[in-house]
Amino acid sequence: MILELSGLHASYGATRVLHGIDFKMEEKSITTLLGANGAGKTTTLRAICGMVRTEGEIRFGGQKLGNRKTEDIARLGIAHVPDGRGTFLHLTTEENLRLGAYARKDRANVARDLAKMYEYFPRLKERSQQQAGTLSGGEQQMLAVSRALMLAPKLMLLDEPSFGLAPLVVRELFGILRTINAEERVSMLVVEQNAAMALDLADHACVIETGRVVLSGTAAELKKDDAVRRSYLGY
Amino acid sequence: MSRKTLVLAIVLLIVACALPFVVSNYRTFQFTLVLVYAIALLGLNILTGYNGQISLGHGAFYALGAYCTAILMDRWGVPYWATIPVAGAVCLGAGFLFGLPALRLEGLYLALATFALGVATPQLLKYHLLEKWTGGVQGIVIMKPAPPFGLPLNPDQWLYFFTLAIAAVMFILGWNLIRGRIGRALVAIRDQHIAAEAMGIHNALYKSLAFGVSAMFTGVAGALGAVAVQFVAPDSFNIFLSIVLLVGIVVGGLASISGALYGALFIQFIPNIADEISKAAPWAIFGAFMIGFVYLMPTGVAGAVRLLTARRKAP
Amino acid sequence: MDALLHQVLAGLATGGIYASLALALVMIYQATHLVNFAQGEMAMFTTYIAWSLIEAGMPYWAAFILTVLTAFMLGVLIERLIIRPVGQAPVLAVVVVFIALLLILNSVTGWIYTYTIKTFPSPFPAQPLFGNRYLSSHELGAIGITLVVLLLLYAFFRFTPLGLAMRAAAQNPESSRLVGIRVGWMLALGWGLAAAIGSIGGMMVAPIVYLDPNMMSGVLLYAFAAALVGGIDNPMGAVIGGFLVGVLENVLGAFVIGNELKLSVALVIIIGVLLVRPSGFFGRVQVSRV
Repeated sequence: MILELSGLHASYGATRVLHGIDFKMEEKSITTLLGANGAGKTTTLRAICGMVRTEGEIRFGGQKLGNRKTEDIARLGIAHVPDGRGTFLHLTTEENLRLGAYARKDRANVARDLAKMYEYFPRLKERSQQQAGTLSGGEQQMLAVSRALMLAPKLMLLDEPSFGLAPLVVRELFGILRTINAEERVSMLVVEQNAAMALDLADHACVIETGRVVLSGTAAELKKDDAVRRSYLGY
Repeated sequence: MSRKTLVLAIVLLIVACALPFVVSNYRTFQFTLVLVYAIALLGLNILTGYNGQISLGHGAFYALGAYCTAILMDRWGVPYWATIPVAGAVCLGAGFLFGLPALRLEGLYLALATFALGVATPQLLKYHLLEKWTGGVQGIVIMKPAPPFGLPLNPDQWLYFFTLAIAAVMFILGWNLIRGRIGRALVAIRDQHIAAEAMGIHNALYKSLAFGVSAMFTGVAGALGAVAVQFVAPDSFNIFLSIVLLVGIVVGGLASISGALYGALFIQFIPNIADEISKAAPWAIFGAFMIGFVYLMPTGVAGAVRLLTARRKAP
Repeated sequence: MDALLHQVLAGLATGGIYASLALALVMIYQATHLVNFAQGEMAMFTTYIAWSLIEAGMPYWAAFILTVLTAFMLGVLIERLIIRPVGQAPVLAVVVVFIALLLILNSVTGWIYTYTIKTFPSPFPAQPLFGNRYLSSHELGAIGITLVVLLLLYAFFRFTPLGLAMRAAAQNPESSRLVGIRVGWMLALGWGLAAAIGSIGGMMVAPIVYLDPNMMSGVLLYAFAAALVGGIDNPMGAVIGGFLVGVLENVLGAFVIGNELKLSVALVIIIGVLLVRPSGFFGRVQVSRV
């Protein structure tokens, strides 16, 4: 199990958003978290990264995360591509990528990985010296994903990677994610509102409603599930 | 005003009136300065505590008031009591004028601009073109007023009562202002200025007014201070004066009328006590107290008092 | 013409010092959006440390380096112990803490060293270079040192991973945490660097204005003016602003308003910039959304 959440509660100040999430994720899988707006999907990702107040247990590769600070959790090998991408807008594309590798101990491999990112996303190479803020939405998303990959993470958390992107671009991005998952063996937890595309991408899926897991299983199972079809797939 | 507060105020007034007759002349003089500072702090509090505009340069208005009095008394022989309202009016205008450009500055930037004002004040006062009025570096000496109508008081005692009377008037004025519509508008602007504007409060007008009124209070204090100390000179109005006023409202309690009194007592008497240790010590102590209060007692002494009395009232 | 040239060059010399302090201010502002009102006193305090070392017999440059290192550590300490706890506090609380720091540093210095004015040595020879009549060796040296410091800083931020991480932490702390940057320590580092730069400025200005606990209040004002002119979030702007303010101060002081009112130049610049173009000439314009 790369990730295990047991009885996870999370609050923003006095408002409780997660009411006891139980969730397991296997290594090297791509799992998607589905749910409506405000269900608690983003909060779950933020909870994993220590960005909100939590109660309950989070285990990463068997290790309890406890009260660790966000930066220390990142250093353990969890790369979070946040809601809104979190690009360093005033730095160049390449500087953004290099920052992804900032905390790595194996500095010798950084150059190699940078080249690999440019292979996966040639458009980033074209814009490597450009200010990241001038990149298009799709390019910034690719940059965010690459930056996360530069951490050489064991687990990637992606928060609505399809947001604001044209369907063709999303298809391209998700294809690359699949490739990365296969080649780099990075586990991926993908929060998505676009359930159809997410269920095509993922192996496993989990539905969250008002801070609780209401359904989980393989992506194939959920695609056939009536409730999921009606609520999230629209047919 | 609740009956309890009214009773307290009256008791305080009685004690204040009795004071000069039980303590030495020098102590009376010190308490006169406490009253002076209290008025100044009330002024600063109106601007910074209630209206949220940070001023690190209020020493400039204090100086303006002081010099008004000194120049009127020394160059034109105006009697001391007549200079007070003039100083107030001049500072009201100056404050309002400064408040206009200050409208465009928020928080840190306003602090910066007023800090610059506070630092530049002594130099402005020493400017040679104004020397014929300001007396340049040497300043101006003022004669201590004698008690009128042949009252059986010595000059220090008379000055104390004169200051006390004006302080009482200023405090009532301030209290009325704060409790009324204007005070509520000021606080609304401090807390949620966008909502305040949306509700129809003319932010620009009120904020400039706050500056003007605040300057007026501090200017009156400066005028009274000049008469008490009998001397004005540029270097007594440096940035440290502005800082001392800030210390006063932080320690005394922001957005509090009683806080002005607590703060005044603090800034008048702590240096005397600290002076025993070293000439530099008062400032270090001020600094330490400021940090202490910000972390531990952000509502100042007034807030602590309120907390204690509130707890006692609950069953 | 001659006199004008002299004032301009002298202005560049003091301008370099203002540029150093302005740079320190901008560095802290970039990382924290706070104005360090105590920057001048920190520089003054560390200059006194240098003075003690030199008085004890240490050679100038050894004392210089030791002072810069000590200033760095002092900056880090102040950030960790005094500034960090106020992090999320309202503006007034933060301003009060800075002013308190100013007071404490000023008074502790006065306590330890008394208020008598002291002379501070210059490492540069007394004779002007090539016997020129425009710039003393010290003034030339001060400009030189300022430029070297600025170059080193630029290289640090532009080309090293740590410099990149510090820039990132200042611009976007949340994203920085997500890539494993210890944002808290980046801030402390920033303060350390700012303090170190300030100490260099202090050591360059002390031979000119003589060492006394209040020597930096005027300099600080000019540094504020410089930082604002250049754009308070722009290091390059701070440097240009510094030189500009230095020259303006000298030229206006000598030919227009007289030396006594020089500080008012700073005041007018500060208020003027804040009213007309708060983001300075090179800074990013901040739009605040309602």
